[in-house]
Amino acid sequence: MPAYRPPSIPASEITPESIFLNRRHFLAGAAGLLAFGASSRSLARPLQSTESPLSTDEKLTPESDATSYNNFYEFGLGKGDPKARSGKFKPTPWTVKVDGLVSKPREFGLEELLSFPLEERIYRMRCVEAWSMVIPWTGFPLAALLDTVEPLGSAKYVAFETVVRPEEMPGQSGFFQPLDWPYVEGLRLDEARHPLTILALGLYGKTLPNQNGAPVRLVVPWKYGFKGIKSIVRITLTERQPPATWNMTAPNEYGFYANVNPEVDHPRWSQASETRIGEGGFFGANRRPTLPFNGYEQEVSGIYAGMDLKANF
Amino acid sequence: MAQLQAALPQRLRRVSVWALYAVGLIPATWGFWLGATGRLPGNPVKEFEHLLGLWALRFLIATLAITPLRDLFGINALRYRRALGLLAFWYVLMHFTAYMVLDQYLNFAAILEDIARRPFITIGMAGLAMLIPLALTSNRWSIRKLGRRWGKLHRLVYVIAAAGALHYAMSVKVVGAQQWFYIACIALLLAWRPLRPLFMRRKRAGAGGQRVTPDQI
Repeated sequence: MPAYRPPSIPASEITPESIFLNRRHFLAGAAGLLAFGASSRSLARPLQSTESPLSTDEKLTPESDATSYNNFYEFGLGKGDPKARSGKFKPTPWTVKVDGLVSKPREFGLEELLSFPLEERIYRMRCVEAWSMVIPWTGFPLAALLDTVEPLGSAKYVAFETVVRPEEMPGQSGFFQPLDWPYVEGLRLDEARHPLTILALGLYGKTLPNQNGAPVRLVVPWKYGFKGIKSIVRITLTERQPPATWNMTAPNEYGFYANVNPEVDHPRWSQASETRIGEGGFFGANRRPTLPFNGYEQEVSGIYAGMDLKANF
Repeated sequence: MAQLQAALPQRLRRVSVWALYAVGLIPATWGFWLGATGRLPGNPVKEFEHLLGLWALRFLIATLAITPLRDLFGINALRYRRALGLLAFWYVLMHFTAYMVLDQYLNFAAILEDIARRPFITIGMAGLAMLIPLALTSNRWSIRKLGRRWGKLHRLVYVIAAAGALHYAMSVKVVGAQQWFYIACIALLLAWRPLRPLFMRRKRAGAGGQRVTPDQI
C-alpha cells in the first residue's frame, strides 16, 4: 500500500485562475474596507451616530437626488459631473492639517476625525442657485476639533482649503478652469464655533460619497451651500478675514458671509423663494419661500446683532 | 447644390420639410414626458427649461448655417431654413412658457421683476420679442407683401442669435466650455455675413465673371 497517493482532482473542480484572482482581489478589498482603506463610493461604510435635537423633522430629500445633483466644480460644471467624474478620487488615506493661530497645531488622520462623537444632523441645505434639500449628515461640531488645537486669543477667523489633485479631479485640469484652485472658504471664529457648524464625514448613515465632498466637508446650514467647502485638507486660524473662492470670483454676487437671506437677491436671480429638490416631476415640486438664515434665525441671529446684513451679504 | 435638389423627387422634398418639423419637436416632447412622469433627475423644471433653451440655440445656429453652407460647400438646404427658424421660435417660446408656468407658477409680479431687473432675462426676453415678428412674417404672403423690406426685417435674426448667446453665457455662474462652444458658433456665423460679399465677388471672378446666383440674405 503506497504511503501517499497524490489526490486526483477532476478538472471540473479546479477553480479557474480568474476567479481565484478575483477572490483575492475581493479579500484585499474587504481588508481595505475594514481598515477604511478602500476608495470608491460603492464601498461606502456605515457610520454609527447619535440623534441630535438640532435636527429638523422635515421630509428627507431622496438619497439618490442628494448624491447625483451636486455642485463640485473640481469634477466639472454640470450637476451630474461630480457623480459621473469622481470615480478616480481617493478619499483615503487622508489627513487634515490644522494650523495658524493655535497653541497646538497638528494633523488629524481620518480615523481620528471618525473617533470624535458622531451625531446625525438633519439640516436644510439652501443652494445659492435657489434650490434646497434636506440632508441627514453624520459629523461632529467643528468647535470640538478647534478645542483640541487651542486657538490663540488673536485668532478671529478660520480658513479652509480643498485638496488639489488634477489627476483625480477632472475639473482641475484641462483648458477651461472655472475657478482658481484650491477652493478656499472662511468663517468668522464665532461662526465656526457655533453648535450648528459641523464637519461632516457622512450622509444617510454612510461615509460621504466622493461627489458630496469625501472624506470630510464643512456644513453651515444657515449659509448658502457654497460655504460648505468639500474634501478639506487644511484648516487655518487667522487674524484677518481669509479669502473665499466665490467671493473673490464675483464679489458683487457672492459675499463673504453668504447667510441665506430672502431679502438680498443674487444680482441675476431672486433669493425670495426656492425649489425643493426631489419632490417628483413638474407638478410635484413646489416653490417655497426662503427663510431668513435658512430657518435657523433663532439659533444664529444673535451673533450678527447690530450688523447690516444687506451690506454684509 | 444642384445635386442635393436633384437627389430628392419633388414630393419627397416637400415631405422632408414636414418631417423636419416633426423630428425637431421630438426633444421637447421627450423632455416634457420625462419631466411630467418624474423621470428627469434633480431639478426637473430647470432641466426642462435648459433643454428647451439649448435646442432653441441649436436651431438658431442651424438657421444661420444655411447661407454659409451654400456659399462655402455648395450644399443647398434653403428649403429647410424657414422650418429651422420657426423651430427656434417655438423652442424659445416653450422655454419662456416653462419658466413662466412650471418655474414661477404664473407669479406675474416675480416674472415682471425678473424681466426688469435681471439683465440676462431682459436680454432673453428681448430675443423672444424680436422673434415674434419674424415668425409672423414667415409665410409666403408676407414675403410677397413686404418685398425688399422682408429681407431687411429678417436680418433681426442676427441680433436675436447674439442675444441668445449672451443670455446663455450670462445665465450661468461660470462661463464654461459648453457656453464658449455656442458663443463661438454664433460668432463665426455672424462674422460670415460681412465677409460674404467679398467672398462671393471672388468666387464669381473665379467662375469667369459669370453670375452664379443672385445675392440672398
